[in-house]
Amino acid sequence: MTDNAERNARYGKYVEWISPKTDYTHSLVKAFVAGGLTCVTGEIARNLLGMIPGVTDEQAAVFASVLLVVAAIFMTGLGVYDAIARHGGAGSFLPITGFANAMSSAAMEFRAEGLITGTAVKMFSVVGPVVVNGVVWSAAAGVLRYIVALIWGTI
Amino acid sequence: MKRRSQTLVFENRPKLIAGMSVVGKKEGDGPLGKYFDRIEDDPKMGKNTFEKGETAMLTEAVEGAAAKAGLKISDIGALFAGDLLNQLVSSSYAARDLPVPYFGLYSACSTMTEAVALAAACVNAGYYETAACATGSHFATAERQYRFPLEYGCQRPPYAQWTVTAAGCGIISADGDGPAVTHAAIGRVVDYGITDANNMGAAMAVAAMDTAIAVFVDTETSPEDYDAIFTGDLGRVGSEIMRDLCREKGAELGQRYSDCGEMMFSAKQKCYSGGSGAGCSASVLNSFILGKMNAREYDRVLLLATGALMSPTTSFQGESIPSVCHGIILENDL
Repeated sequence: MTDNAERNARYGKYVEWISPKTDYTHSLVKAFVAGGLTCVTGEIARNLLGMIPGVTDEQAAVFASVLLVVAAIFMTGLGVYDAIARHGGAGSFLPITGFANAMSSAAMEFRAEGLITGTAVKMFSVVGPVVVNGVVWSAAAGVLRYIVALIWGTI
Repeated sequence: MKRRSQTLVFENRPKLIAGMSVVGKKEGDGPLGKYFDRIEDDPKMGKNTFEKGETAMLTEAVEGAAAKAGLKISDIGALFAGDLLNQLVSSSYAARDLPVPYFGLYSACSTMTEAVALAAACVNAGYYETAACATGSHFATAERQYRFPLEYGCQRPPYAQWTVTAAGCGIISADGDGPAVTHAAIGRVVDYGITDANNMGAAMAVAAMDTAIAVFVDTETSPEDYDAIFTGDLGRVGSEIMRDLCREKGAELGQRYSDCGEMMFSAKQKCYSGGSGAGCSASVLNSFILGKMNAREYDRVLLLATGALMSPTTSFQGESIPSVCHGIILENDL
């Protein structure tokens, strides 16, 4: 066994050396552009919507998010989002649009297994961890805030 | 004591009398496009799910191969088939519509050579007059089972591989025209501790080397004795590793060596390190290799199909990737 471990370690090093690496500078630039464009689109939508009489800035922000989500789902359905994401990387999956893509792609993928047993059950197969982490860490933050407030005596 | 031999010798020289390959559009656009018998533009083959499409591709390959061999489906002694899906659904559902005794095989992407080895052994022994060997894989169904939903936007490392949408079927017969299956080398399961499921070429190259060396030792041959040596789906990275590993063992593969997965796509097609999947070696064997052998461009070929034997569950549990490689030697009668 010990010489196997040594052999495997040697092979692992060799494989790492021979396998082509991701070009990080290139990826970072593309992710910056993709993520940046998404945010700029959101900002433009927010500002334009804010010009409509009677719409508050807060409402405009919500509408802009909805708009981005709908656009991402629409692009997922057309089969172009994954092509963009292949270049955009983190720039396309970190914003709200990435979440929409992950959910809608899973919903589409498992549609063949039925609306309830397929789509409804497996819709969260990719985004599940995001939801769980969101809930857990926001709860943790709430508890922390409560304790801090107790110590400082103010809420 | 004599060294145990991994290589079976088929003295009665069962023949590969016909082959049929059915591939998807992307594979048809690749460098091997002109060799394939049928290129299907619709990944669902007119059905409503990708799984049914994969089944239809396999059925088409078996029926096509039987027709080319001049056989009725019911004349075939047995069908040795496999694919990548859980519970071998594509093969079994294809076999449901074929009135043939059925062996369902799973050896991941090395299923084709395992099927040929078993079929040739049965035909050589006289259990069957003819046997069909078929395997297939499908990009969309494999993605769902092993990775992410199709439309999910994610990035892959440059050494990842692209599962081919392809099926192939070969007919092995006790007599007839075509190259003979003279040897089959049954591989050992090898694991060098690779855990990255994206780097299957690296995980499988060691199995390919292990079986290749066993073939050379058992049959007292060297790479120069073959007109061509193929691996199944190591991809660009894996086949480079394969060359290095064999060189280390004293076997220089040289120009005669190529990899079916690497041949499948051109660099322009953006398939990272190349093709992978059970349909890869199946479609290349039953089109390109069989064609070149029948044209006498090759007289002796060694095909080493490799399979990575992990599942998404074992990968998530941190297990490394065991792999296996079965080799077959095809020879023209001189």
